[in-house]
Amino acid sequence: MELVLSLAIGVLVASGVWLLLRPRTYQVIVGLALLSYGVNLFIFSMGRLRVGGSSIVEKGAVVDPAAYLDPVPQALVLTAIVISFATTALFLVVLLASRGFTGTDHVDGKEPGE
Amino acid sequence: MIQGDLLLILLALPFAGSLIAAVSPTNVRHAEAWLSGIVAVTGLGITAALYPSVAGGGAVHARLEWLPAYGLDLSLRLDGFAWIFLTLIMGIGLLVVLYARYYLSPNDPAPRFYCGLLAFMGAMTGIVISGNVILLIVFWELTSIFSFLLIGYWHQNTAARDGARMALIVTGAGGLCLLGGMLLLGQIAGSYELEAILQAGERIRQHELYLPILVLVLIGAFAKSAQFPFHFWLPNAMAAPTPVSAYLHSATMVKAGVFLLLRFWPALGGTDAWFWIVTSAGMTTFLLGAFFALFQHDLKGLLAYSTISHLGLITALAGLGTPLAIVAAIFHIMNHAVFKASLFMAAGIIDHETGTRDMRRLSGLRGPMPITATLAIVASAAMAGVPLLNGFLSKEMFFAEAFEAGKGSLLDPVTTWGALIASSLSVAYSLRFIHQVFFGPPPADLPREPHEPAHWMRFPVEILVVTCLVVGIVPAATVGPYLRTAAQSVLGPATPAYSLTLWHGINAPLVMSVAALGLGSLLYALLARRLSRGPEGPPLLRLLKGQRIFERSLVVFWWRWPRALYSLLGTERLQPQLRILVLLALASLAWQARDAAFLDGALWVTELDPVFAIAWVIGAVCAIGAAWQAKYHRFAALTLLGGAGVLTCVTFVWFSAADLAVTQLVVEIVTTVLLLLGLRWLPKRSQAIAADVELPARVRRTIDLMIAVVCGAGIAAIAHAVMTRPQVSATGAYFLENAYSEGGGTNAVNVILVDFRAFDTFGEITVLGIVGLTVFALLRRFRPARESMDAPMQQRIQSEADASSGRDLGDTVQDYLRVPSVVMQWMFPAIITLSAYLLLRGHDLPGGGFAAGVALAIGFLLQYLAADARWVEARLRVLPVRWMGAGLLTAAATGAGALLFGYPFLTASARYVSLPVIGDVPVATALLFDLGVFSLVVGATIVVLIALAHQSLRGRTRAPEAEEAEPAPPPVAALEEG
Repeated sequence: MELVLSLAIGVLVASGVWLLLRPRTYQVIVGLALLSYGVNLFIFSMGRLRVGGSSIVEKGAVVDPAAYLDPVPQALVLTAIVISFATTALFLVVLLASRGFTGTDHVDGKEPGE
Repeated sequence: MIQGDLLLILLALPFAGSLIAAVSPTNVRHAEAWLSGIVAVTGLGITAALYPSVAGGGAVHARLEWLPAYGLDLSLRLDGFAWIFLTLIMGIGLLVVLYARYYLSPNDPAPRFYCGLLAFMGAMTGIVISGNVILLIVFWELTSIFSFLLIGYWHQNTAARDGARMALIVTGAGGLCLLGGMLLLGQIAGSYELEAILQAGERIRQHELYLPILVLVLIGAFAKSAQFPFHFWLPNAMAAPTPVSAYLHSATMVKAGVFLLLRFWPALGGTDAWFWIVTSAGMTTFLLGAFFALFQHDLKGLLAYSTISHLGLITALAGLGTPLAIVAAIFHIMNHAVFKASLFMAAGIIDHETGTRDMRRLSGLRGPMPITATLAIVASAAMAGVPLLNGFLSKEMFFAEAFEAGKGSLLDPVTTWGALIASSLSVAYSLRFIHQVFFGPPPADLPREPHEPAHWMRFPVEILVVTCLVVGIVPAATVGPYLRTAAQSVLGPATPAYSLTLWHGINAPLVMSVAALGLGSLLYALLARRLSRGPEGPPLLRLLKGQRIFERSLVVFWWRWPRALYSLLGTERLQPQLRILVLLALASLAWQARDAAFLDGALWVTELDPVFAIAWVIGAVCAIGAAWQAKYHRFAALTLLGGAGVLTCVTFVWFSAADLAVTQLVVEIVTTVLLLLGLRWLPKRSQAIAADVELPARVRRTIDLMIAVVCGAGIAAIAHAVMTRPQVSATGAYFLENAYSEGGGTNAVNVILVDFRAFDTFGEITVLGIVGLTVFALLRRFRPARESMDAPMQQRIQSEADASSGRDLGDTVQDYLRVPSVVMQWMFPAIITLSAYLLLRGHDLPGGGFAAGVALAIGFLLQYLAADARWVEARLRVLPVRWMGAGLLTAAATGAGALLFGYPFLTASARYVSLPVIGDVPVATALLFDLGVFSLVVGATIVVLIALAHQSLRGRTRAPEAEEAEPAPPPVAALEEG
């Protein structure tokens, strides 16, 4: 399982990085989204994998932390999901504004060679 | 310690007055002048009341703790020398306020003027009574800043802006050097207290760092006092209103430099280095200033160079450093302040009443302005050093010292002859001022008909000129004791015996005075005609303009070189920048992981589920496919991206992270729909871009592919290495153990977010709010590209079909996906319920504010998808900015509520409340906080949605031609309001 997930993270990050370095804004936004999937999974995986676990503790009982999934990476990822959503949305708007202003979807705001 | 308290009040008073002036309305000029006057009178009264404590060499101290951890106190110290300065600051301040009341026009914003003036008064007071050198530097820099604001008072004027900037840069840079010097002094003396430093004089002068310290302190002092080679800022500062010039640039601020020289003379003075540097700088400035002054056509320019020259004289006296020279320096500081302030005010009156300051145009003002003329003539005579006036006395003392100085050394003839020549020049320019302005033919062709000013505008000049006379005739009876007190506080027991009388018999100084008067008159008689005909500035030297050098170096250092460096190293293109960024991240990670031992052998592996593996094969195909198709097939890429997102979501479910899965799912939906809405506004790309198949593009792609593969492989290796090792951190355990007992919730993830780490969440939603507002602001102004404006192809085909089959235009579109539309509209209440459910259960079960907020946003999203934006908005109006504001306020108020109960910000409280019928209900303030998060998330998401949805509306409403000139109407704002 670990191997599969780490390969998945690798593929997501590689696709994301490649797109990040592309010249068209849409490529970059897709890349950013892929990269954030990879990074979120990566952070999540720092809490180790556990099938059939939970982070819901029992009311009032003495808690054995070993029986639960680590909540810290989850909290971090939850934050990261929201923030990456915000950046994607902002980028989308900037992308459209830039396209409207400059007439091109190149990341530099002008076609190469202009 | 009543005196100590008085000292604190003295310092606080002008600043308090400045604050009041700043918040006053613009139309209360009269009240502001009164306020400033009252501050100055009170200050003067306190100063007078403090005199008995400093007479005879005593000092008043006051101390407030400021930064005790750094040994830094607000320590104030008033001695005789500082007292003299205080009197000047408050006394001349009072006269300047009175003068400014009549000088400023009703159109000038009075609050800004009095605010700056009073604040400057406070800062200047701070300089002279600081008992701590760091505190002194703070006030020193404050005077630079307020001087900047006051010079730039008429900021619509370019000269004022440039002059203000130059003054700030020169004096500010000097202040920085001074700070360096003071820090070193404090290190050597072991304390930053002024008294400790003054007492450590012997140790400082012996220290190996003495010379650097001296140079740093002198740069600071010279820059402030406009000494050569830093003198050029002062003439440019004359763009300030005349009251400011009279106050800051003749009487007080420029004296701060010489104040510093004399103040630190006990610590730094008396060495050869001091003597040579300070004396030569002073003499050079004295000569150059006088020479330049003679060749000015502008009244204020003449006075500015004359001020530079007189400051040079004082500096030279400080450089000579004999006890008598120090006494003379203090005396001349007082005298110069009095006659120069009156001259500036007189120049201001002339400017005010005639409309010009150009001496070539002015003449014969004696006729229409007899009283002002008399006053200005007396003051100029004091400036020239004519007997019976105060300027004569201190100049005599200077001559005596210059004559005595450096007997037998190289400097002997230099000081003697230099003093004589510079004084002759002073006489000449004073004569020029008197002769050209007040004598000659009656004034003609002036912008305004000259006449005497309002009496109260002239009153300050009268006071100052009478002072000149009284001090000049009976010095010992008037300023004698104060001068002695001041000298004692600088010189201590070394205070020499001197006599303040008019007549000392025929001696060298008297001969020099007479010679200077004669030579100066002769010089002016010879030059008078050529002066007014020639260009402004002295021959030859006018070519060497400090101002031009300064401006050129500004251009070179702050524009040309940075530009050159930028064009050499920088790029405006995003791709290389991102490439560097990625490579740097990669390199730093590789450096961290350089001993790759941690990658060896997996320690523990969970059993592989083939379904999961197959799922991620699909996921990988989706990711790579999205990367491959994103350029030419955007819709396909978006679909594939969604696939990868769904698999991420599945992974969270698989590994028991229900919260993440819920949030990821809703976010995924919203992101996809938003991107989908954006697709239409991107340029069509049906054929390949030509450059894409050329070699450079191929090389670039190959390099990027390699970078991407290395990144992916690296992160996969690290992820695998970490996942297969046992966990060591105990942070998670703490949260799990305390989630219920401390946070009152069973969902540990949610409790972390809204309770344990609520402050982080608060920051995060603030960021989200900022994003929302940015989107709002961006889309108010921007228009879609012209070629995207037409109706999309599908709509056009449908409309054509409508036209050909005889239906009304738009019928097909209306009916398009009718059933799904209805379903989506019906789902609205269901989604609202779901969202409320997610929110309420969040504390105990997967859910929470984020997920609930995005879920509600999906409800709105569906409505926009189901029907036309106009149809939706006719029935359903969301005010996203208010949602965001309410959310942020709720969260903040919840956090602040804890403060009321004496807990730190954002402390949560949870308990169960028994309600009839329903039973025990958990009530946690964290839920309220989560409600804030929820509301903000709803607002921020919907603002993006609405902004995008409105693109098509605006595209349609826009008139084809007029749109470039006319500012964009705010579409989203229209939503907000109506």
